[in-house]
Amino acid sequence: MEDMVVVRKEGLYCVPGDFYIDPWRPVARAVITHAHADHARMGHAHYLASAPGAGILRARLGADIHLQALDYEESITHNGVRLSLHPAGHVLGSAQLRMEWQGCIWVASGDYKLEADGTCTAFAPVRCHTFITESTFGMPIYRWQPQAEIFEDINRWWRANAAEGRASVLFCYSFGKAQRILHGIDPGIGPIVCHGAVEPLNRLYREAGVFLPPTATVGEAEATRRGKSNAYAGSLIIAPPSAAGSPWMRRFGDYSDAFASGWMRLRGTRRRRAVDRGFVLSDHADWPALQEAIAASSAERVIVTHGQVATMVRWLQQNGLDARAFTTEYGDDDADDSSAAPPATAQEQPGHA
Amino acid sequence: MREFSRLYAELDATTSTTRKLAALQDYFQRADAADAAWAVYFLAGGKPRQAVPTGLLKQCAMAYAQIDEWLFEECYHSVGDLAETIAHILPPPTRTSDFGLAYWMLERIAPLRGAEPEVIRSALFAAWDELDWQGRFLLAKLIGGGFRVGVSRLLVTRALAAVAQLDPKLLAQRMVGWTDGRARPDAERFARLIGPDDGQDHRLQGGQPYPFFLAHPLIEHPRQLGPVGQWQIEWKYDGIRAQLVRRHGSNWLWSRGEELITERFPELAALDLPDGTVIDGEIVIRLPDSGQQAERVAPFADLQKRIGRKNLTARMLGELPAGLIAYDLLEQDGHDLRGLPQQERRARLEQLVQRHAAPALMLAPQIVAADWDALEQLRATSRQRGVEGMMLKQVDAHYGIGRTRNVGTWWKWKVDPYSIDAVLIYAQAGHGRRASLYTDYTFAVWDTPAEAGGERKLVPFAKAYSGLTDAEIAVVDQTIRKTTIEKFGPVRSVRPSMVFEIGFEGIALSTRHKAGIAVRFPRILRQRVDKSVDQADTLDNLRALLPSSPVTESEEDAQPAQQDH
Repeated sequence: MEDMVVVRKEGLYCVPGDFYIDPWRPVARAVITHAHADHARMGHAHYLASAPGAGILRARLGADIHLQALDYEESITHNGVRLSLHPAGHVLGSAQLRMEWQGCIWVASGDYKLEADGTCTAFAPVRCHTFITESTFGMPIYRWQPQAEIFEDINRWWRANAAEGRASVLFCYSFGKAQRILHGIDPGIGPIVCHGAVEPLNRLYREAGVFLPPTATVGEAEATRRGKSNAYAGSLIIAPPSAAGSPWMRRFGDYSDAFASGWMRLRGTRRRRAVDRGFVLSDHADWPALQEAIAASSAERVIVTHGQVATMVRWLQQNGLDARAFTTEYGDDDADDSSAAPPATAQEQPGHA
Repeated sequence: MREFSRLYAELDATTSTTRKLAALQDYFQRADAADAAWAVYFLAGGKPRQAVPTGLLKQCAMAYAQIDEWLFEECYHSVGDLAETIAHILPPPTRTSDFGLAYWMLERIAPLRGAEPEVIRSALFAAWDELDWQGRFLLAKLIGGGFRVGVSRLLVTRALAAVAQLDPKLLAQRMVGWTDGRARPDAERFARLIGPDDGQDHRLQGGQPYPFFLAHPLIEHPRQLGPVGQWQIEWKYDGIRAQLVRRHGSNWLWSRGEELITERFPELAALDLPDGTVIDGEIVIRLPDSGQQAERVAPFADLQKRIGRKNLTARMLGELPAGLIAYDLLEQDGHDLRGLPQQERRARLEQLVQRHAAPALMLAPQIVAADWDALEQLRATSRQRGVEGMMLKQVDAHYGIGRTRNVGTWWKWKVDPYSIDAVLIYAQAGHGRRASLYTDYTFAVWDTPAEAGGERKLVPFAKAYSGLTDAEIAVVDQTIRKTTIEKFGPVRSVRPSMVFEIGFEGIALSTRHKAGIAVRFPRILRQRVDKSVDQADTLDNLRALLPSSPVTESEEDAQPAQQDH
């Protein structure tokens, strides 16, 4: 049988449906799994995305894009292909795309995470014949601790800094990771200040009904605390990695800095970052979760995209699956997080994590 | 183990000296004395022998994690550290335990040495069942024998001194010899280490040496150091820095790494000196015409042949006789002379060497010059003399501890390194902080000059992995990924496109290197973005740097083996 999804120079292409999935070049019809920049690009004539992610997509790509939004599990038929979106648990609005045509089912996962975090609908496995999976952390060295332990580590670090009269600056990706941290930490420790890249996303999350503790921008914080010498002592500052080393940081005086990312699992990466602390917190599935998701899909064929492609393909083949790779341009995310990852190679193109 | 792994994590997590010091003090205040004794051993740089062969450790980890060797290797290449790789791939533990570091060292790790593979396997599995990530990481490090902590010995000394409320100098003295494998760290030793000052410490027991006084590199011209007459000037020898201790009729020879190396140098073990004498100097290989003033000595490569041999044959002792070039006297008649001015110690040293003349005991000649300019001209002859440059010692300097400068200073004024423009042809990912970044490079020169015409080949001659900043490495890393021709395991061959100026300290003929040449301490001086690959140097350019009387390179690799001043 012909493949339902192939790679074209524009992106992943659904042949019978005549549409693209997260294309990296402008096309007529694009289905967007989630609003991270390497998956949701500008310039497509028509967009289809999940209803919970519509607000963020419009905020990032423009209010005037031609966007059709689908609720999770809701299905439509396009050129004979039955389409539906299912929660991927990655960030607000993230979805797996299910495509059914002539009795054959393919699922494109986009990016996903299995651990439910309360800031987006939890991942739901979808049974299919062919599963297109990411592999950002597709190596056995990547195993996450439960997030509650990581949040407790962050709280302890923040509390200790506050006790010593220092500010705590936590660098993380501004869409998804920042809100997950805000949702998970103990807001009783002190005031929370967010960078200008983070605050608009907080607003969108709150509008979508996600609980986030009160936050302020530096402008707001400084308006109320003007004149105090150590205005930020005891505060937690959430900022994108690109803010590190910028003049924006000077206002915080004495501070301890940290970085939250799955890449912090490796000591080498963490030490290269040269921050005081590295918190291992990822929006992607770790090695065991990737295996679990693949098994839960019950797919016999697996196609691996961005990440540890060669390793995953070989491992899956060894375990009796029909596995191969798609070469994509995913994983090459916004500049503010790609620098956190180990350098990219042909096989490993890490993105936000 | 949990206490020690927490300390390790804290030391590993911060670059701040203040925080490291606080973490160390906190640990030593709370730790059990037997555990603390082992902690001091490791923190001060102690390296026990490997308890389990690396291959077996790997096999066991793969079996426990149920992954194949290829997958393990992929993981290792991403992580760049064996112990860390093992800690990452193991599934979560099934239970918890909390035994101390001493228990792990003595009861769990020591019995593995030389045990049957099956015994080792079940012992490792049991250990992994009960240790968390940090514990497993440390266990693999402790077993593997290559444990290193990112903390200076000075800092450990300061922390212990603060906890014991003692003078750090006294603690430094007590710490000498701690990492020597023959004395086992235990609670009693730790108690003595931090015990109150009973005034007996100045009387050194047995063959203990003094903490070495270390020199600082002189970057600027010495003119800023004031009148040349205020300095005692010697050649900087390329040998092994050592203290020869004579007490109770016996000699002890200590390397600067505080390793006891007496057996390696029977010539020095046999030197007859008065009891209560400690000489600081440099071990070198003598030439027939070395003389009492060490005018000429054999190249370091010859010394390496001696270091590399377990059994010293009479023939080797005859062909490569070792000697000590004495340059300081730290103890005489059992009295600590370190508080005397440099020139006073020198005068006493001269008398001593004269009185106890022996071929294996030489005196470092003093270099006398009218002014700094004359001295600079003399320094230019360093290479012909087979030395690395000059040592400048303040005439009134006391003999300090480590790299201190509060009681006078020693400067090392080295000659500029040799340099050659070479092409990067292979790259390998680094380790630790440089894991998954291509940081270890192989450099090559052309086999024939461009004018010779015809097909030219690049011949590899050196590997280097230091000298670039992180930002420069990032750029080179990107180019390597873009110009990769082939991958062989962790190594990539690249299309020649980058030229670097490579510096090195020594050069010798070699039968084991493709280029027929081995260089010492190769490092990257800078990238020559102004040069194309065709303009890189040739083998002839390299050969032209060889000393006029060629020396063959040793069996040991041309890598830094001795410790620098």
